[in-house]
Amino acid sequence: MLGIRPRQRVTQSDWANYMAQRGQQAKDDAIKRFFSTPLPASDTPISDVPMVALDMETTGLDEDRHAIVSIGVVPFTLDRIKLAERRYWVVNPTRPLAEASIAFHHITHSEVAEAPDLDIVLDELLEMLAGHLVVVHFRNIERPFLDTAIKARRGEGVMFPMIDTMSLEARLHRQTLWARFRRWLGRPPVSIRLNASRERYGLPNYQGHHALIDALATAELLQAQIANHYRPDTPLKDLWC
Amino acid sequence: MDIELLEIRQFMGQFPPFDGLSDELLDVIAERVEVSYFKTGSDILVLNDILNELCFIRSGAVEVYRRQGELYNRLGEGDIFGHFSLLRNHKVRFPAQAIEDTLIYFIPNDVFQRLCEEDDDFADFVELERPRLETVAEQQKKSNDMMVTRIRKLVTRYPVMVEASTTLQQVANQISEAQASAAIVIKECSGNPRYSFQDSEGQKWRMEGIFTDSDFRTRVVAEGLSPQAAIGDVASSHLITIQSDASVYEAMLTMLRNNVHHLPVIYRQRPVGVVHLSDIIRYETHSGLYLVSNIFNQSSAQGLARLAPDVRAAFVRMVQEGANSQMVGSALSTIGRSFTRRLLELAEAELGPPPVPYCFMVNGSMARNEQSIVTDQDNALVLSDDFVPKEHDDYFYALAKFVSDGLDACGYTYCKGDIMATNTQWRQPLSVWKDYFEDWISNPTPKKLLQSSIFFDLDSIYGEDHFVETLQDLVAKRAAESPLFLAAMARNALNRTPPLGFFRTFVMEKDGKHNNSINLKRRGTAPMVDLIRIHALACGSKAQNTFQRLNDISQTQLLATGVSDKLSYAFEFLCMSRIRHQMIDIQEERVPDNNIEPENVEDSERHTLKDAFQVLSNAQKFLKFRYPMPAQRPRQ
Repeated sequence: MLGIRPRQRVTQSDWANYMAQRGQQAKDDAIKRFFSTPLPASDTPISDVPMVALDMETTGLDEDRHAIVSIGVVPFTLDRIKLAERRYWVVNPTRPLAEASIAFHHITHSEVAEAPDLDIVLDELLEMLAGHLVVVHFRNIERPFLDTAIKARRGEGVMFPMIDTMSLEARLHRQTLWARFRRWLGRPPVSIRLNASRERYGLPNYQGHHALIDALATAELLQAQIANHYRPDTPLKDLWC
Repeated sequence: MDIELLEIRQFMGQFPPFDGLSDELLDVIAERVEVSYFKTGSDILVLNDILNELCFIRSGAVEVYRRQGELYNRLGEGDIFGHFSLLRNHKVRFPAQAIEDTLIYFIPNDVFQRLCEEDDDFADFVELERPRLETVAEQQKKSNDMMVTRIRKLVTRYPVMVEASTTLQQVANQISEAQASAAIVIKECSGNPRYSFQDSEGQKWRMEGIFTDSDFRTRVVAEGLSPQAAIGDVASSHLITIQSDASVYEAMLTMLRNNVHHLPVIYRQRPVGVVHLSDIIRYETHSGLYLVSNIFNQSSAQGLARLAPDVRAAFVRMVQEGANSQMVGSALSTIGRSFTRRLLELAEAELGPPPVPYCFMVNGSMARNEQSIVTDQDNALVLSDDFVPKEHDDYFYALAKFVSDGLDACGYTYCKGDIMATNTQWRQPLSVWKDYFEDWISNPTPKKLLQSSIFFDLDSIYGEDHFVETLQDLVAKRAAESPLFLAAMARNALNRTPPLGFFRTFVMEKDGKHNNSINLKRRGTAPMVDLIRIHALACGSKAQNTFQRLNDISQTQLLATGVSDKLSYAFEFLCMSRIRHQMIDIQEERVPDNNIEPENVEDSERHTLKDAFQVLSNAQKFLKFRYPMPAQRPRQ
């Protein structure tokens, strides 16, 4: 995760109030609808929570200099990942696409040139996210990029709770006594990147860096994490951030 | 198709039954899958739950159980389960559990039903056991022309027919005019003797024999006969014919077995033509025929031994051309029998004529006409009851040794169990043989039968056929009325059981253990032969060939409807699988054996083999139930 600046810490102790308040203040219709759709309460068992896995590919790692290129969304629950309801958009980043990231994302110039601006797909995207708990792998990309991009287009940003499968992995492998002991011994930390994490649960190695496949991979990873380290009745508040 | 689903599509498309689907249908599946993760030890399907999806294993491993909790199958990446329930009442019949961390793709029922409707191969694949075995067996049959082409197709003109009183010279002229190479000799007759027929004017005739070009050389010129002699006095009365609806293949075998080159073809008792060896060769250029005639042309045991590589070449050719197991089995048996016969002829030429009549008997696979390329020799001598050991046994021992050594040199290795005519115990007069069989049948013990069961496949190969026929009759009559004997045989038949199937690169045993390879004879074909033999004995069949035995069994009520078909498909598939792997061994210059290694088994073959093992396993269970040990053992 080299090159990523420390972010503002999002420490919302009361997401429900925050969301309701934003719902009242919002001027943009789509954003108003998004915030007015209630999320499951913080003590809801995870097995009852409707979720949506979200992944974005960007032209770089800084939301102020780089832009979103593609977005993949897959609704799911603890039982089922509903691939049939998936959505995937390529959007025009307005900022130039670096050659390096072309190879990285398998998205070509012409595809991007013909793609709409994020503004066109934003209503649809927010509707898919509304009422669902968003699940990402590494929230410090998705959250700031989405916030900045929406603020630039609609005059107000969005902030909402997420489950971050990477931070769940970090809790297991970076923050335990054992992990600190390893660090003290000078051992390299256990990788908590998407594919490395998946491997620990016996999940297959997907071709990475496609927003939809990564969203699917993230959904599968969360199912595996809950099955191995939590319980279906673990309350949402123990998982989100 | 959304490019992003390629990942899923491409993965599924590698495995049967998805590998045969059109791109369009694969897209439909990828579009609609749902995904779920299952931790090691968690239930995927619970008995009697409602199931509306087909399950595909994307990664991990799954065990499927029977209702009673017995392991039914262990599945890995790319395997499917749940289809039995989808095809029936949507209730889970076989519960499933993840034995590794597992990712399942669920395919909704409506997609599954659409696949079954639009793709026949997919439908065949997911149908239970019989249809898949049946399809494979049927395809093998269809792919071979020789099996389906009837011999009448090779008949192009009416035969030359001459009255028995015609002179040899006239016959020679008629054959020449017709540009034929043989004439059928007929004679007026009355009544309905064998080979009689009526001509268009209502006159009754009887076929007396056949006279061929070579007969003019051997029977006329060589003997110095007058061209004016009547053909009826010279023609061979030894007549071998074939029905017009027999297959080309049957005609070929008839020629091989009887060592004749002409066959009158009969339609409703009337001769409609004569086929010659060359007609069949023209039709099917590669065959064992050349090899067999070569065998009979050898004048020494060493010469015969030099033909051993040809046997392998003929075997490979047959398999490549799509012969089924019956064709391969009987061709190899015919070749083996020819070797044996020729060795006996050579032995008699060296040792002089036998002091008393005898019959050379073969047992095991050669008797069943199911020989494979990996085989040892199982034989015995049945001597006339005039046999006096002191005076005659030296001769027969020398004869047996000559044949046995010769067969070994030709690649038919000595029998490890010493079931050979060189063993005094198996070189006995008919009366002693009758006592042997009588003892085995009336005082059976599983141990005794373990050694002797090979003798319950028996056939004559040379000499006094009726000696062995007497023994066949005795067995057929006595076995059926001896429940104790059948029970003891049944118990032995359960000693060798099939494995459950395959899992990744291992053979899966019923207790869940793994093995690296499987002996397909010991674990498949041999137990199948054993159990079919018992049913055949129980119904008094005299057939030796497993397929013919199944035919006889299906005429009775011994097995439920359809079971003998199922057994026959399963047996055919097991045999073919063994044959194919032996062919691969030969092509890759390894010594062919009966083992198959799971990594060399294609996906579709795995599934069908598993079905065949299942059929065998079920049939074995039934055997135990059908032939129980009688409560009272008679005193010995």
